[in-house]
Amino acid sequence: MSTPKPKKKFSRRKFIVRSTVGVGVAIGATYFTRPLWRRSIAGFVNSAELPYNGSTDEPRLWFEVTADNEVILNSPKVEMGQGTFTGLAQIAADELEVDIQQIKVIHAPTASGNIDGTSTGGSTSISSLWQPLRELAATMREMLKIEAAKQLGTDAAALTVKDGMVTHNGQTLTYGEIVKNVTEWEIPETPPLKDVSTYKFVGKPVPRVDLKDKVIGAPMFGMDASLPDMLYGAVVRSERIGATFVGADTSAAEKIPGVVKVVKEPDFVGVVATSQMAAEQAKQAIKAEWATERNWQSEDIEAMIKVGQGDPVTIQKTGRAKRILDNEEDVVTAEFASPIGAHAQMEPNGAVAHVEDDKATIIMSTQVVNLTRKEVADRLGLAPEDVNIIPTYLGGGFGRRLHTPNAVQAAVLSKAVGKPVKCFFNRREEFQNDTFRPPTHHVLRGVLDKQGKIKAIEHNLSSGDVMFGSPMFPGIAEPVLGADAGAWRGGMIQYGAIPNFRTVSWRVKLPFATSWWRSLGLLANTFAIESFMDELALKAGKDPVQFRLEHIQEDEAGHRLREVIKAAAEKAGWKDEVVNGRAMGFAASTDARTPCAQVAEVSIENGEIKVHKVTCAIDPGIAVNPDQVRAQCEGSIIMGQSAAMYERMFVKDGQLLPTIYGPYRMALMRDAPKEIDVVILENADAPGAVGEPPLGPIGAAIANAVFRLTGERLRSLPLAIA
Amino acid sequence: MTISFNINGQPTSLDVDGDMPLLWVVRDMLDLKGTKFGCGKAACGACTLHVDGKAIRSCSYAVKYAEGKNITTIEGLSNGDQLHPVQQAWMEEIVPQCGYCQPGFMMATAALLSEIPNPTDEDIDNNIVNVCRCATYYRMRKAIHRAADIQSQNAKNQPS
Repeated sequence: MSTPKPKKKFSRRKFIVRSTVGVGVAIGATYFTRPLWRRSIAGFVNSAELPYNGSTDEPRLWFEVTADNEVILNSPKVEMGQGTFTGLAQIAADELEVDIQQIKVIHAPTASGNIDGTSTGGSTSISSLWQPLRELAATMREMLKIEAAKQLGTDAAALTVKDGMVTHNGQTLTYGEIVKNVTEWEIPETPPLKDVSTYKFVGKPVPRVDLKDKVIGAPMFGMDASLPDMLYGAVVRSERIGATFVGADTSAAEKIPGVVKVVKEPDFVGVVATSQMAAEQAKQAIKAEWATERNWQSEDIEAMIKVGQGDPVTIQKTGRAKRILDNEEDVVTAEFASPIGAHAQMEPNGAVAHVEDDKATIIMSTQVVNLTRKEVADRLGLAPEDVNIIPTYLGGGFGRRLHTPNAVQAAVLSKAVGKPVKCFFNRREEFQNDTFRPPTHHVLRGVLDKQGKIKAIEHNLSSGDVMFGSPMFPGIAEPVLGADAGAWRGGMIQYGAIPNFRTVSWRVKLPFATSWWRSLGLLANTFAIESFMDELALKAGKDPVQFRLEHIQEDEAGHRLREVIKAAAEKAGWKDEVVNGRAMGFAASTDARTPCAQVAEVSIENGEIKVHKVTCAIDPGIAVNPDQVRAQCEGSIIMGQSAAMYERMFVKDGQLLPTIYGPYRMALMRDAPKEIDVVILENADAPGAVGEPPLGPIGAAIANAVFRLTGERLRSLPLAIA
Repeated sequence: MTISFNINGQPTSLDVDGDMPLLWVVRDMLDLKGTKFGCGKAACGACTLHVDGKAIRSCSYAVKYAEGKNITTIEGLSNGDQLHPVQQAWMEEIVPQCGYCQPGFMMATAALLSEIPNPTDEDIDNNIVNVCRCATYYRMRKAIHRAADIQSQNAKNQPS
């Protein structure tokens, strides 16, 4: 195909979103030290509609029509279980006028040029591509019509389009037939989009496009990749916090049968062998020397994560919360904490790398295709264009694959032996070298007025870094933001009718890597705030659901929050009492503009908390695929339950432990609620975040139910009855 | 050493280190990638396959013990294009999210149903102990019950 003539105009909406961010950074550079500015930046980040960061001007980067009338959707977003591929296929099919069965979604290799500059994460894939993908698909449809009109000797406006076929006066051309005869594409201006109510696939519970492959065990993940002549690599990784590589005695490893080469680099040592087992054995035989400065213990970390230590930034302030709370009597104060959490995604990190003279190919599971490419190119001294990252389906993401130094290591090993090398973490290395969810500490203060309404509330939170220090996030932006927006995600007070409220985020740098873990700070912050809301409701002598409703402001966000709270309570048959040994607990959160409310039905059995049923109401705006919105809620609820009730990493004698499933206790089949009831509201005119918001309420919902059963207020995760 | 077994109905002989975990033989030597590596310590079940009809965690099962046995992996669970009742149920309930652990769960479920054709919730809790990080347990439980129904329906329709 020849070079297209670009005639496409930006739609107005995209222009506005992009210039807002640009102006924000420009002003921020001048005024970044001002607290007021930092708060408005924080407010913007909290409710921002994050734009897609990649090309949306060239439909043929996104779509390839094959001769047999199949449309290949070249997705720059990766599929890690969240259902994005299915949603993208639905959105594209409706504007392209093809049946969903005609669309095949694949991961765009970076060599295709369709590259997401940022990442797949933050529950933004569908929301950020909703507008651009519809425009791209509609434009592609018009391009096909223009070519069909030429071939049929008529005007494009006279054509009828349906199911990937163009018809005029009884003559029919399939899209596949049209593209065969195109020599030069013309790109028209973006046509008007269809009315959402006329869509055939958007809004329907279409089965996942990857369902069959996942049920038959098709080789689709990074770890399933292989190349001809491929060898197996392993890299020695430190088991101790803060260790720096000094050197290694590799003499024993070199003698292991199957070892091809021991590779010594300034920053790591690795081995390449003819089988996975030989590589693993040789790695165990390497005696690496590491320098460590300190023998860290859990108590050291807990002592660091305390409100009052580190750098505070006020991220939200309305009225005079601090002055009121400092001076009034009868102030309620409560502390909460959450532990270090591991990603524990099932597919270990790794890559298949093939480095040749002047180019490199990397096949792997990554959430940061563009960053992975840059890091590999930098290490090998290549231009980014000479590195082709071929993303695969991810065996879980959850934020773990926003860091991909493993790609660099595989590439270095491949270069050393001149052959393709597959190099993966083992499970112990996964647990010890994770980029953990940081531990947190929260202090909440609140005071009621004479009517039993909240007069002032304040949330102080202390956390390790989430986005700060990440290779994804430019360091120069730290002073602009002031506080780590990942750490304080979900940390703002969402009840805008309270006259005085304030949130302060305290930053602590920990000696091990902490980073993005599905929903970031939302899980811990909501646990703290929503547990405290129940404490205040109790003090006010009010029903917890009514109490929350009393504090919601009259605006769009307030309306949407109120509706999910009412819907969850109604659907669950909310009762603030113990019935047959079971109690309900309530909690709500707003994350990335998506409000979610949950009711957990809980009992105590043999001294342990048992969650029987969770009712969830969520408002993501347009639910592109209601079945997958449900699936994300079900999974988030159980993953959140797992983190809230069972999961915890310890630090002992400089090591992060445990290093295996089981001792790292996670929710299993027997722990998961047997009933999950999801109500979907659509009180917005575009799709919003889905993959993370439902992780918010579950911890507090369970803890609030436990309080009703036992009278004991659980203030730390994982929840345990004394 | 030379090891011989049947895998998905195919007689197979390999010259291999007898201590190599069956998982790596299946994945890397026989190129059947549906059986997954999760932990290497039999703690997660991602590598579950059948040896003589029993669910085995193949990451911790030396290939030498497979001598003369019948191995079935997810690739051999279906009967040609005819999906196994467990796979049919997984399709109907739209269970997988990331999908990585699902072959292990389906193999564990198929083995459970061959011993307990109509498992109770308690049977499921006690026997299906693999790890799914996407936490698809809610749909898996529904799919297990549905697979039991499909299987018993099939049995009724079979001429005896």
